[in-house]
Amino acid sequence: MEKVHIGHHISQQFNEELEDIRTRMLAMGGLVEQQLADALKALTEGDTELAERVITGDYRVNAMEVSIDEECNRVLARRQPAASDLRLIVAVIKTITDLERIGDQAERVARMSLRLTRSNADRRPYSSLRNLGERVRQQLHDTLDAYARMDTEAAVQIARADLQIDRDYDALSRELITFMMEDPRTITWALDVMWSARALERIGDHARNICEYLIYLVKGKDVRHVSLEQMEAEARK
Amino acid sequence: MNQTSTPTHAIDLSAIERERRHRDLAAEDVCLEVKNLDLYYGSKQALKCINMIIPRRRVSAFIGPSGCGKSTLLRCFNRMNDLVDGVRIDGAIELDGVNIYDRQVNVSSLRRRVGMVFQKPNPFPKSIYENVAYGLRIQGINSRRTLDEVVEKALRGAALWDEVKDRLHDNALGLSGGQQQRLVIARAIAIEPEVLLLDEPASALDPISTLKIEELIYELKDRYTIVIVTHNMQQAARVSDYTAFMYMGELVEYADTDTIFTNPRQKRTEDYITGRYG
Repeated sequence: MEKVHIGHHISQQFNEELEDIRTRMLAMGGLVEQQLADALKALTEGDTELAERVITGDYRVNAMEVSIDEECNRVLARRQPAASDLRLIVAVIKTITDLERIGDQAERVARMSLRLTRSNADRRPYSSLRNLGERVRQQLHDTLDAYARMDTEAAVQIARADLQIDRDYDALSRELITFMMEDPRTITWALDVMWSARALERIGDHARNICEYLIYLVKGKDVRHVSLEQMEAEARK
Repeated sequence: MNQTSTPTHAIDLSAIERERRHRDLAAEDVCLEVKNLDLYYGSKQALKCINMIIPRRRVSAFIGPSGCGKSTLLRCFNRMNDLVDGVRIDGAIELDGVNIYDRQVNVSSLRRRVGMVFQKPNPFPKSIYENVAYGLRIQGINSRRTLDEVVEKALRGAALWDEVKDRLHDNALGLSGGQQQRLVIARAIAIEPEVLLLDEPASALDPISTLKIEELIYELKDRYTIVIVTHNMQQAARVSDYTAFMYMGELVEYADTDTIFTNPRQKRTEDYITGRYG
């Protein structure tokens, strides 16, 4: 049974309020995705102007979080939503928190790109970092796409793909440690790269959280802190 | 510095572990059991093959649109429908394992065990005291001391004592609507029934009186099995342990209240509680 259908309330206004919340959450997701793409571009191309734009643009993400939160509070107070409507509001409140943190991590990547560009360091493991960044960006894109389509099957696939991100991050760390041991002069640079990679890995975790909220929204099952297999079983019920 | 790693606070792991608060009907002590109950008003079938249990010392709420049969079902529990012309009932309702529709069952003693409160408060045009003492007087109990005790206990039980203790002999019709409804509940519990049936007990009351009635229901469930019919879904969500959703004479879904209001199984339940048209 498709349990989440926002429309068809007797109160047309309630339909509009819920639809508006959902649309704004997805718009916030789009903004965060753009921030991340720009931060990665700034990192790989050494574009300091773009990096600055990402850093100053984070306030827009924060403002959207606050305003969507307010709207959710208002609906809770005035409508006392139940069942799937309640789950939508709860899922949105949680999702925007993770989106806001993804925004913070994108800002962090942008700051690191400024340091790396200005220090004029050589760019040896950039391909590894670029690959990780591309994977994480795709992960976030797929997450938002799954949310827009209420696709729990896709949510499970994304959660599974997060394991690969974790592996890539581990591999990158080992690579950087090797560089640092071979030549301690690379330490400053290597740590900056490490911080960027760490931020990207965290974004993968936030995307997985969002997938969990999506399964809660659609299936009514809380799949936080359970194994991937259990999550899969709940998503397919 | 203290080197031993004694935690400053005792940590209660059981409180941290994910708590399963959902109630489980299957694990409850059965008070009333409805078996294959059909009810007809003339040729019109008002209840269709209802099967359910009412758990002891819990609050069960019936919700559903007007005409869905929830009040009819409630009235079956103390045979109030016997008084309606042209009613035919098939099936059984067992109270502690005994079918209340059995020929041998004495309806008056059944109603002593299964009390009822209606939507509109209906105190007798007598004093507050006599309203509460009424049930005992018709049982032939007239001892002043017993009556005083029971009246005070019942009024305290109905959270009305403090408001009326200085005017017990005033006419009950002088009380406010909310007070009258609590008086009627006091009258019902004075004879210590096992089951309390509440048919829209707060729908004619203001929000504060409504909250007092709801608080009272919460206190009473330690001692009584309570069944409540309500149009107000938030009220069902606030006061009940289990919720039954009825639609056109059928029991559509019956489960613990948390499940019904956060993740109902049936689409018809979901549509009703979220205010959608099916």
